Amino acid sequence: MGEPGTPELVKLEDLSVPGALTGRKHVLSILVENKPGVLARIAGLFARRGFNIDTLAVGPTDDPNISRITLTLDGAVHPIDQVTKQLHKLVNVLKIRDMEPEETIAREMALFKVTAAVENRAEIMQFAEIFRSKIVDVSRRTMTIEVTGSAEKVEAFERMIRPHGLVEMVRTGEIAIARGGD
Amino acid sequence: MRAADALMESLKAEGVEHIFGIPGGANLPTYDALVDADLDHIQVRHEQCGGHAAEGYAKASGRVGVAFATSGPGATNLVTAIADAVMDSVPTVFVTGQVRTELIGTDGFQEADILGSTLPFVKHSFQVTDPRHIPEYIHEAFHVASTGRPGPVLVDVPQDLSRADIEYEPRTDPVDLAGYKPSTEGNIKQIRIAAKALANASRPVFYTGGGVVNANASEELRELANSDQFPVTSTVMGLGSFPASHERWLGMLGMHGTRAANYAMDNADLIVAIGARFDDRITGKLSEFAPRAKFIHIDIDPAEISKNVPAHIPIVGDAKQVLPKLTREYRALQTDSGRLEAWWKQLRGWQQEYPLGYEASDSEIKPQFMIEAMHRATEGDAIITSDVGQHQMWAAQYYGFDKPRRWINSGGLGTMGFGLPSAIGAKVACPDEQVVCLAGDGSLIMTCQELATCVHHGIPVKIFLMNNGYMGMVRQWQELFWDRRYSAVEMGPSPDWVKLAEAFGATGMRAEDPADLEETMRKALEAEGPVLVDVRVSAEENCFPMIPAGAAARDMVG
Repeated sequence: MGEPGTPELVKLEDLSVPGALTGRKHVLSILVENKPGVLARIAGLFARRGFNIDTLAVGPTDDPNISRITLTLDGAVHPIDQVTKQLHKLVNVLKIRDMEPEETIAREMALFKVTAAVENRAEIMQFAEIFRSKIVDVSRRTMTIEVTGSAEKVEAFERMIRPHGLVEMVRTGEIAIARGGD
Repeated sequence: MRAADALMESLKAEGVEHIFGIPGGANLPTYDALVDADLDHIQVRHEQCGGHAAEGYAKASGRVGVAFATSGPGATNLVTAIADAVMDSVPTVFVTGQVRTELIGTDGFQEADILGSTLPFVKHSFQVTDPRHIPEYIHEAFHVASTGRPGPVLVDVPQDLSRADIEYEPRTDPVDLAGYKPSTEGNIKQIRIAAKALANASRPVFYTGGGVVNANASEELRELANSDQFPVTSTVMGLGSFPASHERWLGMLGMHGTRAANYAMDNADLIVAIGARFDDRITGKLSEFAPRAKFIHIDIDPAEISKNVPAHIPIVGDAKQVLPKLTREYRALQTDSGRLEAWWKQLRGWQQEYPLGYEASDSEIKPQFMIEAMHRATEGDAIITSDVGQHQMWAAQYYGFDKPRRWINSGGLGTMGFGLPSAIGAKVACPDEQVVCLAGDGSLIMTCQELATCVHHGIPVKIFLMNNGYMGMVRQWQELFWDRRYSAVEMGPSPDWVKLAEAFGATGMRAEDPADLEETMRKALEAEGPVLVDVRVSAEENCFPMIPAGAAARDMVG
């Protein structure tokens, strides 16, 4: 109906708008100019528009003038389309990609420090093995385990290890890259 | 060349002729460079007013307004003007001084993180870290401020860097910013769909805003509206972009709009929003806003589309480019305009049943009468700047603007005290036009020191002060919605405004009798230099009709 000269009119009752909320987690991969204050501009935008960032990771890219910000947010709470349009208004934001879950590899790293008396160590090491994680530090009372994987995997590991006495946990937030040659 | 001199050359290369500002320690090099720069500098009396003057300049002329301030308090005084400019999309460039580079971050004397504190309010901002970047930043600042959806850009220049010696080369090349590419043309397929929806609408309304003014698209809007019997309403920011004397003008819409305009929105089956952003002053209760309508939303800023009200047919583009295409596509459909007759019968019915009106008086000056007198005295052709409050809404209702850029007010931020400084800017931009500041007494006292600027620089703005002894709009709300418990709204022992004007070296006049008002206004307009007319109006008049906050359009009162 977008062609010229077609006689049929657009019926108003046929017009609809898509829902603003997608109901799922979104991973936004944002290329920004590597300039002072860029992160403050993005964080400030999220704060004043009431968008809640779940995780945020910032790092260099292969181009020293460009950094990549990977952030996750909940599409059940925030209209992602509005979020990306607001981000695009920032002059330092070069490109935003709303990563397709099926087409994306997303990973984060977490460090878990757990209480590990001698008699529990074998069990903890077994968990670590199952999750293909690494034990990176051992002291008399604790072990520290490095887990890499999807956010779901990190959360699953946390659920398993928590009953053993979780002393401290650190997560990086997800980073993501598209699958295949794209 | 000294970087501060390169700054002046860069500004001139952008076509700057006038600058509003105040010097201080951190921008001493800038003001030293100004001495030889062949630029007209208007020395305002408060940096906020320099900012508003730059806004008034931009709104009246369409050119970028420029204001200077020093670091620290000078810069923070600009913040209100910057916030005002972003809300109303005013193309402005603000150049602030900053403490020396080695002092940044040490809480140095007159240091303020102006870049950080204005992040929520700027379209973009730069802090100079290398003096060689100054010409490039100025060039980019003007590009960003004036293209796409216009807005304020801040350039913060540390004192030591503006004294550095640099190689200056004029920048006139087209700006190419990887992260800034406004789309202006409008997707032609979307435009065709919009034309076809419009052809099928039986109760359409054009809801237009400040974007039409910014795009200089008044002619194009009229062409589109005249391609059929389309009714047009506008926000307070859009007034004048469609002539108030046009037979299909419904009046302003929104909180203090006409019933005809608001009922039209309430009953419309298709609303064409052009350069308007569905502000809460327009929509009232969002869930009950225009419940029968589908929306075509044309805007230069994609983020405005579906922000508050979901658009069925979004069109991102500049009104000046999109509207002629929509007109052409619509005309090509050769629609029978007879289908709109029933709609017009309804609209005319509302217009006849609910005209704007007030109770006339022989004994006291009614505020609405004052606006009508102002219209007659200025022959409806002045540039009117306004403060914020009842007088602003009465002017919007009763002045009847027929041309764009004749109505300059603070619509989004609602900044009291905006009227006088923006009048200064408008008069500097358009010296041959009659510029009248319609002031409120609550507002004018906030920025009245700018009378000194008017006298000092010989800027003959005429101030018509609607003096009711109250912060009238707040009083009205306290009366209507807070059981008439007046709290801090009486202006009490106000200054003698006539003497105050005279103390500044301006002319003061007073009008108390409705019979003399128009004549006094004419005298003020004809007098040399700046004039303040203290117009004593009825104290407790309310501005009606109105949609109470959070109510729906159909529930207008008064």
